[in-house]
Amino acid sequence: MPSLDALLPWRRMKALGILGMNKRNGHYIAGYNKRANYPLVDDKVQTKNLAEVAGVAVPKLYALVEIEKHISALSEQLKAYDDFVVKPAHGSGGEGILVIIGRSAHGYRKNNGQIISEQEFGFHISNILSGMYSLSGLPDAALIEYRVKFDPIFADVSYQGVPDIRTIVFQGIPVMAMIRLPTRLSDGKANLHQGAIGVGINLATGQTTSGVSYESFVDQHPDTGSTIIGLPIPNWDDILELTAQCYDLAGLGYIGIDIVLDHELGPLMLEMNARPGLSIQLANRCGLQKRLESIETMENIPISIKDRVALAKQFEAN
Amino acid sequence: MKNLHVKLLSLGLILFAAGLIFHKTSHLGLPLLPSEDIDVWSVEARLAFTAKKGSIKAQLALPSLPSDYMIVDENYVSGKYGLAVTHENNNRVAEWAVRQGSGEQVLYYHLQLTQNNQNDTTPPKQVTEKVTLADPQQHSENMTSAISTLLEEVRQKSADTKTFTRELLLRFNAETADENIQLLLRDVRTKKERIELLKIILTDALIPARAINVLLLKEGVRHGKLTPWLQVHDGEKWISFDPTDVKSSLPKNAMLWQTDNQPIFTIDGGKNISLDFAISRHTQEPIRLAEQRARKMDSRTMEFSLFSLPIQTQNVYRILLMVPLGALLIVVLRNLIGIKTFGTFMPILIALAFRETELLWGVILFTFIVALGLTIRFYLEYLQLLLVPRLSAVLTIVIILMTFTTVFSHKLGFEQGLSIALFPMVILAMTIERMSLIWEEHGPSEALQQGIGSLLVAALGFLVMSNDILNHMIFVFPEILLIILAITLILGRYTGYRLTELWRFRATLSKDGH
Repeated sequence: MPSLDALLPWRRMKALGILGMNKRNGHYIAGYNKRANYPLVDDKVQTKNLAEVAGVAVPKLYALVEIEKHISALSEQLKAYDDFVVKPAHGSGGEGILVIIGRSAHGYRKNNGQIISEQEFGFHISNILSGMYSLSGLPDAALIEYRVKFDPIFADVSYQGVPDIRTIVFQGIPVMAMIRLPTRLSDGKANLHQGAIGVGINLATGQTTSGVSYESFVDQHPDTGSTIIGLPIPNWDDILELTAQCYDLAGLGYIGIDIVLDHELGPLMLEMNARPGLSIQLANRCGLQKRLESIETMENIPISIKDRVALAKQFEAN
Repeated sequence: MKNLHVKLLSLGLILFAAGLIFHKTSHLGLPLLPSEDIDVWSVEARLAFTAKKGSIKAQLALPSLPSDYMIVDENYVSGKYGLAVTHENNNRVAEWAVRQGSGEQVLYYHLQLTQNNQNDTTPPKQVTEKVTLADPQQHSENMTSAISTLLEEVRQKSADTKTFTRELLLRFNAETADENIQLLLRDVRTKKERIELLKIILTDALIPARAINVLLLKEGVRHGKLTPWLQVHDGEKWISFDPTDVKSSLPKNAMLWQTDNQPIFTIDGGKNISLDFAISRHTQEPIRLAEQRARKMDSRTMEFSLFSLPIQTQNVYRILLMVPLGALLIVVLRNLIGIKTFGTFMPILIALAFRETELLWGVILFTFIVALGLTIRFYLEYLQLLLVPRLSAVLTIVIILMTFTTVFSHKLGFEQGLSIALFPMVILAMTIERMSLIWEEHGPSEALQQGIGSLLVAALGFLVMSNDILNHMIFVFPEILLIILAITLILGRYTGYRLTELWRFRATLSKDGH
């Protein structure tokens, strides 16, 4: 006779330890993230400043545009750089990010090969300033920063954009990680909602395990056809340590940390997210709940980063 | 800890609200559900007499005992008379007095009645009533023998009080009465005297009997009189008999006015006395009636009733009070089901607008405006405008579209198009803006999904918020809002899965479920 758990999908999901949106919001975010600390991660300018003070590696800031008037002076400021990335300071989900990979006679070349004129470039920044991409719709600032040259190891499994590594860190201990691979569908953005692929990472070994596209499991990159399973992430231990270190910056109990691998500079912290998504569970084919609960039952959490990373690696042993 | 706190708080709110609702329904008689209009009887008792010299004192027995009818409202027209209403052994008496009066005097007593629900609490009341047998009276020799002969005959043909009385009445009302009855009825002229006689006979048979006065409610009666009836007590309850017939139950339209032997009216210092009843019937909304009645019974609770507001304000609150219900629906649909919508409460505002347009037209007009607005918004995108001017432009365009739609639909004779003016245009403009952003950044499918989701939620919200039963309940029992608040608080601590998450994470389930 089939048990009740097998018949009722929510009982089975619970048994698998899948974390739902309500539990994430009501218990983990409301319970562990102090609202006063949100601006530290919501505002990329503040995050960058904090990180630089703490010695966390971040992409270099070329220019910060806060008022409309600064836009006209930009081309002068950016003269020295051929490629760079434009971001809204309060953006979310990769919205409003413009990646410039080079210059042409008529303007800038975007990562998808399109050319945009100086004027269109200015309009984009102007949109950012007016708050079009900001979470609250309030006036925003635009960051122009170093464009990450990603490690060639990912060349076969990315379409245009830069893959990034999302790690959920709970009370300083990394609990789950995935690498997000841009696809043609996602327009080169590493955003799962827009069609990027999420690939789970074994915390202990740093090897990719399994992938997800939207809500279904995949083993290959849809555009390149290469396998996405079993890829070793370079400098994995450094990355884990970096994520644990980032927790100390923001003082938020439940965060998602996005890291990119630059082939020259190594792991760079891109941004932190106080409301990290739940798809990471699909990418890893594993629920977050049990790992989070095991940390919640711990009497005290080690202070040293090495110990915390060691704890993270133990999750894979179970 | 927090869960317990929320649960206790919610429980408290629910208990408080439920208690209030219980009080209002069971004690004040406010109807829980809306019902058809009910009949209200207006009775006017007119006591007229000619004043003699000196002071005047007039007494009128008022209906008071619980009966099939309930008094909704009553008032007195006393002129220069002083009025006092006294309660004596379950009877109420209105007492008018004046020091000096001359000529024709008229006093009025107005009464509004409705039929009681049959399942009301009337019957048990009579059980507690103490029934005493009147003292037997002394009669003349031949009368005593006539009565005892009659009783002997009747007793043989009956089993209990009811059949005994019926048998007695049968003999009294027979076409050809026997000599005993003829003897007894020798001095009896009126119905009242007949009842008095029957009372004497029944008392001899050790059956408690009394005379009652009922008013037969008939539409359009101008000069009605009270009708006397006979009641006998069978040990449990009073049974009514028509003294000139053998019927043993009061007609449905009979309203018990008085049960005592006391006179219906007495006048000191007056002559040519007459008491007439005028009766009329009209229908009334039951809730107003109940509210009126409740106000009479417990003005403290009803002081905070929304019925005390001016009608116009009432109508505003009829709509406003439904909004929390819509908000609860949003909570359920978003946190329990997981439907995506544009903005949190946008669908509720759209649903409120649907109240005026009706659902089908509302959906059509909304879709039409948003689709057109979206098209124009894409053109504005090409113009590369700044955010706030662009939003203002979209808002202006939405209003232009609304104006055109109204004018065109009026010309074409679709009156439904006129109510589009009630659409929340700022919300529409924001919806168009949000939708176009999602369209560009997440693709048309996501935008349409959220658009349809919003429309679906708005339609559901409309159905919930325009439900007559819910409308009635929330307006009559605004404390339901506390229950809604309690449910919202409980849902605020819900950390279980959303229905759509079962779909989202289905892949993990299929892997596991072999």
